[in-house]
Amino acid sequence: MTIQAAEIPQTTKSRSMALPSARRLLLWTGLAVLLAWVLVPIYFVALGAFGGRLGVFRWPKTIWPADLSLAAMTQFLSIEGVFNALVNSLIAAGLTVLFSVLLGAPAGYALARYSFRGQNAYRLLVLLTRAFPLAILALPLTVSFIRLGLYDTPFGVSLIHTVLALPFAALVTQSLFMGIPREYEEAAWVFGCTRFQAFMKVVLPLALPGLAATAIFAFVISWNEVFAASILTVRERTLTAYLLRILAESPLHYRFAGGFILIIPSMLFIFAVRRYLFAVWGIASK
Amino acid sequence: MPARTSWIPYALIAPSVVFLGALFLVPLVQTIWLSFSAGDGFSLENYQRMAGDLNFSLAVRNTFLLTLVVVPLQVVLALAMATMVTKLDKGRDLVLWVLTIPLGISDLAAGLAWLALLQNTGYLNSALYALGLIQGPVGWLSQETPWALFFAIVLAELWRATAIVLVILIAGLQLIPKEFSEAAEIFGAKPWTRFMRITLPLLKPSLQSALILRTVLAFEVFAVVYALGGRNFPVLAGEAYVWQNDNQNYGVAAAYAVLIMAISLAATAVYLRVLRTRPEQLP
Repeated sequence: MTIQAAEIPQTTKSRSMALPSARRLLLWTGLAVLLAWVLVPIYFVALGAFGGRLGVFRWPKTIWPADLSLAAMTQFLSIEGVFNALVNSLIAAGLTVLFSVLLGAPAGYALARYSFRGQNAYRLLVLLTRAFPLAILALPLTVSFIRLGLYDTPFGVSLIHTVLALPFAALVTQSLFMGIPREYEEAAWVFGCTRFQAFMKVVLPLALPGLAATAIFAFVISWNEVFAASILTVRERTLTAYLLRILAESPLHYRFAGGFILIIPSMLFIFAVRRYLFAVWGIASK
Repeated sequence: MPARTSWIPYALIAPSVVFLGALFLVPLVQTIWLSFSAGDGFSLENYQRMAGDLNFSLAVRNTFLLTLVVVPLQVVLALAMATMVTKLDKGRDLVLWVLTIPLGISDLAAGLAWLALLQNTGYLNSALYALGLIQGPVGWLSQETPWALFFAIVLAELWRATAIVLVILIAGLQLIPKEFSEAAEIFGAKPWTRFMRITLPLLKPSLQSALILRTVLAFEVFAVVYALGGRNFPVLAGEAYVWQNDNQNYGVAAAYAVLIMAISLAATAVYLRVLRTRPEQLP
């Protein structure tokens, strides 16, 4: 209590620098616990992935890495179906990126630059998707996908993943384009550009980093999705669907290897878009 | 000033409208229709089969229990994280990156990461053994230890999905003008009072969207549960998956889907009503 009273005059000057050392210590201890809480499970699944069969059943375990090898991982990758599943996951995620940006960005541009009748209805449609567990909608699609020849293809999976990513892409690109002054475009029109040329030459280069962030989010959404991918595939499974299917019968170290492969791209991607994370979610959660 | 209405905006939104119509609205109607049709015409047969199933009441109970425990804990944890992070000046970006890593991690991978910790010869048991609390490997994730399994799933869900709440809350915190808190400080408000009377009320819109997002996702929880406990812990989305893929009974699976959607919509409606913000209350 006394410490707090003494510190008040300081805090009014500069809040963050004035934390006394005792509270600073407490803050950093708390943060260290939280950082460990996030990182430790990833570390352990990595040990499991590279420890192989022996590592998994070693008892009692030490928390330090012991006889890790790439053999366990390469073994896992050479199991029949794993590599194919990895490729399918990449195809589905790539197509999801393509569709959600190609469909979402024009809609975002329309919302940012024009006021038109039906604008609110469209916003409502986009927001409505948020109140529904979307992956569940894969259930009735099975029948129509079989009829259309889309069942059991990465393309079919990417369609339902695009439903997940598209509303997000539309909302994020809307605010992205709103942040680019329309005067830039108008200046380009004055100099004789068509609307399309103005967009391509002036707006697009400015919007590119934000669009890249949107694309990466779409990729992560698809890469991680389990339920719809498992419902819509049998032989051409994505990695998540494949892992879910083999959960019951595969040995632990294969499961950990699969989990590790799923985690790695996510970590890199979150790192790549970390600057946009808060802007993007601040917008998308309005 | 937005440009005057022309055909251009309609052409720009048309592809996404068609797409969402075909792959969101149509399957939505299809699911409802499918759940009410068995044999010929309208019937409640699918719902009767669903409700009569051995796992049904368990799945309902488990799903609700998980949601009711996980979602409030996530909000509290995310608030604590957010308050800590905003106090930082050095290393803020690095801390935020680490704390948001789980945002990009699949629920399946999260379940597997916690499996590495909690499996019979895993790290938790090794630690307990080193402390002399257990004699040898103990199973926590089987049918005989339902509460340990439940606890494990709660941990994995907290680990994986708190990040999304954190990001939404931090984005919301950035919108609150610093002057409010500073003014209260001058009038002698303690940190706790400032948090309860200023930050929390102004954070309501962000809390609302975080809660809607998380609750809808919590009701379709599936892969985390499967990775840790297989079918030892039935949940609604898991039962829908089993009826669809293993039993090949699309009608009952659709009935489960409709149930999940109804619960999600009801939860969203409750949040929209309870946490509504009047425009004049915004800063």
